This record gives sequence, structure tokens and C-alpha cells, in this order.
Amino acid sequence: MTTTESNPSAPTERSVPKPVFTDAEAGAKEFPDSSPAARRYNYFTPAKRKQTHYEDVTVEVQPDPRHYLAQGWIYGFADGTNGYPLHWTKLKAWGVDEPEPARGVGTGAMHVQNWPAHGWHEFRDPNEEWEQSLYRYNANVVRQLTQNVDNARHAKAFELWTPNWIRFVERNVGAWMHIEHILGLYVFAANERSGPTNMHNTAMAVNSTRKIRFAQDLALYNLTLTEEIDGFDGTAHVEAWNSDAEWQGARKVCEALTAVQDDWGEAIFAANIVFEPLIGELFRSNLVMQAAAGNGDFVTPTVMGAGEFDYAQRDLRWTIACFGPLAEDREFAAHNKELMQGWLSHWVPQALEAARTMQPMWSQADHKPPRFEDALDRAKSRFAGICRDLNLDTPEELKQ
Amino acid sequence: MSRQSLAKAHQKIQELAWEPQYHEPYMKYGTDYTFRKAAKKDPLKQVLRSYFPMEEEKDHRVYGAQDGAIRGNMFRQVQERWLEWQKLFLSIIPLPEISAARSMPMLFHAVPNPELHNGQAIQMIDEVRHSTIQQNLKRLYMNNYIDPAGFNNSLRNFQTDYCGTIGRQFAEGFITGDAITAASIYLTIVAETAFTNTLFVAMPAEAAANGDYLLPTVFHSVQSDESRHISNGYATLLMALSDEDNRQLLERDLRYAWWNNHRVVDAAIGTFIEYGTKDRRKDRESYAEMWRRWIYDDYYRSYLLPLEKYGLVIPHDLVEESWKQIWEKGYVHEVAQFFATGWLANYWRIDGMTDEDFEWFEYKYPGWYDKYGKWWENYSRLATPNGHNPIIFEDVDYVYPHRCWTCMVPCLVREDMVMQEVDGQWRTYCHEVCRWTDAEAFRPTYQGRETPNMGRLVGHREWETLYHGWNFADVVKDMGFVRDDGKTMTAQPHLNLDPKKMWTLDHMRRCPTFVSPNVTLNEMTDAEREAFRADYVRQGPAGRPAPKDA
Ligand SMILES: [Fe+2]
Ligand SMILES: [Fe+2]
Repeated sequence: MTTTESNPSAPTERSVPKPVFTDAEAGAKEFPDSSPAARRYNYFTPAKRKQTHYEDVTVEVQPDPRHYLAQGWIYGFADGTNGYPLHWTKLKAWGVDEPEPARGVGTGAMHVQNWPAHGWHEFRDPNEEWEQSLYRYNANVVRQLTQNVDNARHAKAFELWTPNWIRFVERNVGAWMHIEHILGLYVFAANERSGPTNMHNTAMAVNSTRKIRFAQDLALYNLTLTEEIDGFDGTAHVEAWNSDAEWQGARKVCEALTAVQDDWGEAIFAANIVFEPLIGELFRSNLVMQAAAGNGDFVTPTVMGAGEFDYAQRDLRWTIACFGPLAEDREFAAHNKELMQGWLSHWVPQALEAARTMQPMWSQADHKPPRFEDALDRAKSRFAGICRDLNLDTPEELKQ
Repeated sequence: MSRQSLAKAHQKIQELAWEPQYHEPYMKYGTDYTFRKAAKKDPLKQVLRSYFPMEEEKDHRVYGAQDGAIRGNMFRQVQERWLEWQKLFLSIIPLPEISAARSMPMLFHAVPNPELHNGQAIQMIDEVRHSTIQQNLKRLYMNNYIDPAGFNNSLRNFQTDYCGTIGRQFAEGFITGDAITAASIYLTIVAETAFTNTLFVAMPAEAAANGDYLLPTVFHSVQSDESRHISNGYATLLMALSDEDNRQLLERDLRYAWWNNHRVVDAAIGTFIEYGTKDRRKDRESYAEMWRRWIYDDYYRSYLLPLEKYGLVIPHDLVEESWKQIWEKGYVHEVAQFFATGWLANYWRIDGMTDEDFEWFEYKYPGWYDKYGKWWENYSRLATPNGHNPIIFEDVDYVYPHRCWTCMVPCLVREDMVMQEVDGQWRTYCHEVCRWTDAEAFRPTYQGRETPNMGRLVGHREWETLYHGWNFADVVKDMGFVRDDGKTMTAQPHLNLDPKKMWTLDHMRRCPTFVSPNVTLNEMTDAEREAFRADYVRQGPAGRPAPKDA
């Protein structure tokens, strides 16, 4: 039933709304709130003097009953928890032990007096990720990669590869896609419901997206190689991942990261602070990137390089900005430091053990990369630097 | 990417599927649904190599249009009546979007089919897109539209205001309670598949008719992601259906989700489209007509009905009842009238209705004038302060309604109001289905079956409770709905920006004390309460007191 059917007398030409001059643009009249000063989101305090575009589209979108949520959360889980509980990590930020406002009959809204009420709200993603940056960045990466691989194909660059190097790429570079995929989905995406603020959860979601993309970059690169190189086995990566001894250590730690019990902080910390430098960069930078050129491969480094860049320039950056201040929190620095040191003691030995099981890969190519021990030392010193950036002590276990 | 290479890419990324070998992922969110590992359904893997450039291209169009709108002085042709309602809509909608993002990991845990997780993760990032692109659109309105008040303090307002709380169901409902009830049935199967059509298609069309072509640009771009989300939901639903034990829960959740979406979305979007527009061409579709087309025909008849053969119990009675609410019981008109009655509790300006509007309403909804015309004439008469109080405190044949405990929209179709003592408190409900939702569905047992994962309705669900016994000047000040001179109210019951015509806190100061209907209800004796009920269900339409003689 539409009116055009029920109204046969309607004119036959297309009926369109007529534009009307309303003069409803900024500055057309003067009245309370008409000044330019009123044209800014005024419900939060920016981190720096000038509020950023990123803050405008991010801050306060996820409510907090300690701010303005007058009627409180309106849905709860069966056990009574609701919203975004602050105890879904054992980390603490100043102010969290203050009670939530107790609202009820005649109390009014009880708006926050001491913005931001607790320290979690001080976090800003230094990458300032939102819709625009997210798509621009990742679209650029995939465009660049597609172009690099296409160029290589046209230049017959893969013909230079030796059989051993082909085996190395099909098995090991291939196996790495699984790690990115699992971390992307089951660590980063899996935890983006759990963070205390919109800033945290969006940073996790965007980190997740980069990882899922990188996993697919590797899978599709593997597909291209299958089509371009005679005898390149496109399924060998599955076998390597499932049964090669040198992959089982990394796999075990990677899976353990998905199994962290009810603590988004630990899961993200262990992934980006421990796993990535000690296993991720060890493999990507200190093995693949080092070994490829000597074996006549100029393409794989561009694919791996994109993932390297994701981690070094984006993932690590927001992670430091997220966890660093907690180690110096004005109320819970000692608590957080002890907790994070404990996480280091728990995860570093596992990561190192896994790293050592990867050692045989260093001797699989014809043209050998720098020695495993040197590679591991480099990864360790990178990791020690990250600990310093976080104001944490380099754990004893690193000497293992 | 070519179609052929896309198909191959699709195939290839299936190899990423993960079978845990050393550690099972931690399962944080529970469900009472059960999933035997069902046969692999359409895996819906999104190839990011084509996804990112595609979305970026969509963005170029959105941002290009925004630059063009500003250069082309779009705001000289925008209807204030329309844009004022965007202060409400755009304060609400970024939260449902981001909540949809946050709900996706709940499904990873509840649906043990890795083939679906990839699609859910991409939906997650789509929703981050939607939330931030909408926050950005609102920012553009704030910067370029004549009256930034209400946009500039948007998220504080929304979290304080009762309309915002009603809207929050459409967000918290996605992320809390039983993971499948929340993230699959309520969000994907009902909200996205049925009701986003009115949100993202019907409403933008109305925006364009009111001189705003940016809302359509942004929301069509958002809607174009929606079909993927609908497929996610469909695949999950089919998996759920394959397990007989789930059918009782599916029936419960479809009833709850359908009714709640109707109550909330039809209230808000119905009001925007019917009362927020200046477009009174007789051949433009009314909300009722759009509803019939988008929701009744496209969703109910084309999407839901065919699922009956897989064992899904469809809430036919509730679909018909919702239609009856809209078509016969004036649901949207009652809501719009209530919004306007309570204009002083909000943070946008509500324009009165003119003769041209009356004519259109009468044409589209025969009998409209007899019910609502007089009241809207009073609204205009009392619009600018002139020694009288706001309409809510004046005698205009309108009884301030009680609120529905469940959907939090007031009990406006008075004859449908029901009352029950639940959890030690007397509660009013707008309809039997809302009573059932609170008293029976959101409980740890359902029809004798254990439902330990089902969520709870919590919070201070009656907004008036917080301001029981307050003077309205203090209410408005406490909520912060005041302009930068410290006394002129953000909200106004007209569009005149002449400061002399605008209401201030001083005008509110002389109003009678505000009381909470629910607090009052709970202070009554049983006999008084029964008398109240008997009177209430005889009230209306248009909020009229019960006839004295009957
Ligand atoms: Fe969305
Ligand atoms: Fe209701």
C-alpha cells in the first residue's frame, strides 16, 4: 500500500520536495549558545590543550556510570555485572576504588564533579584510530602489497628462488599466517568487549583488524606463489603449523594467549609486550627479513615488512601508551608494577622456550641469515628496551 | 579484484581456520543455547584485500559530499524542525553502533563455528566505522548549523535524558545477558534485519526532503555494510535451529526482540519521520506506509515466514499487534505528543504543528484531528512564555503518563497498561508483552526450564524517580540542559531563537513540584492502586482523562 496507488488524482510529474530558504546556518542569528565557543563537544576534558578529531569521535561514546549515566546501566548479566566492569582486568587505575554514585529517589543525575573520575579515561590511542585513519591505512597497505607482488610477478622475480628457499617460504612464512589470525581474532577481537573505555576497546578492535588483514596478506601471497612457482606447495603451511617441531612452541604460546582467564589486560600485555618482540620480531625481522635477500627473494620482505610496520609503528605504540602510565599510576603504581612484573615472569620463559624451538629454521635456507643466538640477543635487547619504556624491570628470566 | 580471483582468495583464506591443539580459548560469555558442531554453513569470509579499498572508496564519497555541502551552504536550506530531532537521534546512535562492535566477541564464545568468526570480526570493524562516522556527522552539524546547543553537549545529555535511556536498550541489549539472545537475535536477526531499514533508509529519505543530504550520504554508506551483518545473523540462526532444544529459547527471544524493537524504534523513528518533517506532500509515504512495506512485507513476509519450515516459531500475533498499535492505536502520535509535552526535560527544540501539518495527518491518518488537533493547538498557544507555565503544567486535557518498566516509553495507549508487583516493587507496563519481558523472559528460569545465562533488566528505569520532589528549574540545571548565558534553556517548544521568546530557568522556577509516578504508585494502598489502574485504562486517546460518567 503506497499513497501513489491510493491517490489516483496525484499529478503525473515526479513529486519532489521543494528546497526552501531557511537560513539555518551557523552565525545567521545571535542568541545564547550562538558563539563559535559553543561549537565544540564540551562534555570531556581533552588530553592536550586542543581537543582532537579522534577524541571527538571516541571519548564518552561508551558511557561510565561515574560520569553522566543518570539512570545507570539498564541491562545486566545474570550475575549482576553490567556495562564495562573495571575489574575485567586486575590492573587498576587511580580512582577505581571510589564508590559509584548511589542514585535513587530524588538524588538527581549525580554528574561527575572531578572529571575524568578515574585514570582509565586518561588513555588516548597515540595512533588516533577511527574510521578514517583505519581504512586509509589498511587500504594503502593492501594496495601497496598487491602492487609489489604484481611487479614481482611481471619481473619473474620468483624464478631466482632456490628450492630450499621455496620450501622455507611455503612452510615457515606460510605458518606465520596462523599466528596472526589467531591473535587477531581470539586475543584482540575477543577482548574488545572487555576494556574499560571506548578508547581501549577501539584500539583493540583496530589492532585486531590489522592482524586479520596481515594473516590474509600472507595467505593470499601464498596463493600467488602457488600459482607462480612450479612445485610450490600451497598447503605445506598447514602441515608445518600442525606438526613441524619448530612451530609447536610458538603455537603453544600463541594458543595460551587466547586462554588467559578473564583479564583483557594480561592478554594484550602478554601479546604485544612479550610475544611480539620475543617471537614475532624474532621470526619476522631477525629471520625472514634477514634471510630473504641472500636467497634472491626481494618480495617476501615487502609482505612481512607490512606486518613489521603494523607492530612497530602502531600496535606497540598504543600498547605502551596504555600500560606505561599504569606503572606510574598516582594511586596504584606499585600494584600494577607488581602485577605486570608477574606477567613478565610468567610469559617470558614460555616465549624464550618457544623461541629456542624455532632455532632449526635458521639453518634451513642455503644462504644463512645471521646466527640464531645473535637474532635472539637482538630480540631480547629490543624487549628490554620496551620494558624500560614501560618503567618495568627487565625480568630475571630473560637471561635464560 | 576480479570475481575469479576473489573466489580463489575466498577459498584460500579458509586455510586459516584454527583447531586448538594446546589451549582452548577462554570462554567469557555464556549462552543457554546449544550448538552441536553443525555442518559448515556459508563461511562468509571477507577478503580484506578488497574490503579495505572498497570501504575507503565509500569514505571518499561521504567526505566529498560533506565538503560539498559546506561549500554549497547546505544549511541555508535545512529545516530546523528536522535538524533539531537529530540532536536526539545522533546522540543515541553512535552507542548502538559501537555496542554492536563490542557484541561480536560474545559470539566467538557462544558459536563454536570458526567459519563464522571472521565475518563477525569484520562486522566488528564495520561497526567501529559506523559509530565514528556518525559522531563525525554530528560534529559537522554542530559546527555548521545555526543552533549548536544540544549537539555540543550531546553525549552528556544523552546519558542523562530519559529518551537517551530508552535508546540505550538498543545498545546494552546487544552486549549483556545471554550471548545469543543479545548479539544474535536482538541485534542481528531483529534490529539489523528488520529495523535498520527504517533507520538507515526511510529516515535519510526524510532528511533529504528537509534539505539535509548529508544524513542520507552517511547512512546509506552505513546501510551498505548491513547486508553482510544480516548474513552473519542468518547463518547463526540456522545453526541454532538445527538443535531442537533451542526452539523454545528462539521463540522467547524473537518475541522479546520483536516487541522491544517495535516499542523503541517505532517510537523514535516514527516521531522523527512524522513530526520532524516539513515535507507534507500527500504522496510521500507516511511512517505507517513505510512500516508496512519495509517491516511487514520485506521482513516479516519475505524473511521471517520462510523460516517457519525450519521450525522457527514466528510471533505472528506480535507482528499484527505492532501494526495495530501503529495503525489503529496511534502509537507514533501518542509518543510524539508525549515528547512535546515533556519538551522541557530534553535538549532540543520541538516545533509545533501547523494547519498544513494537520491537513496531512488527517489525510494520512483519518480521524487524527479529532484526537490530537486540539492538543497541538494548545501546544502552539503555550509555546512562548507569556505568564503561563509549560504545557505539562497547564490544563490541556492531558494526564501525565506512567512509564513502562520494560521499554521505558510511557504507557501511552492507556487501555493496554498492565501493572504487577515484581521484585518487591509495583511496576506499570505499556503492554502485556512488556510485562512478560520483565516478569517472565528476563529470569533465571523460563517456563520451567533453567536459563542461567539470561540477562536482567536493571537500573533506575523510571527517570522521574531521580527528580521526585524537585522544582523543574533545578531538574534542568542538574541535567545541564542550559545555554551559555546560564539561564536560557537548551530545549524550547518552538523554533524562535529570539532570546525574548525563549524559556529560561526563571520560568521553570515558578512551576509546581515534579513528582515521580512510580514513587507515588508504590505509596498507594492496594485499593488506591486498583482505583488508579481502573481509571488509567479508561484514559486516552491523546492522554485525555477518563470520562467522568462511565
Ligand atoms: Fe552498524
Ligand atoms: Fe513497554
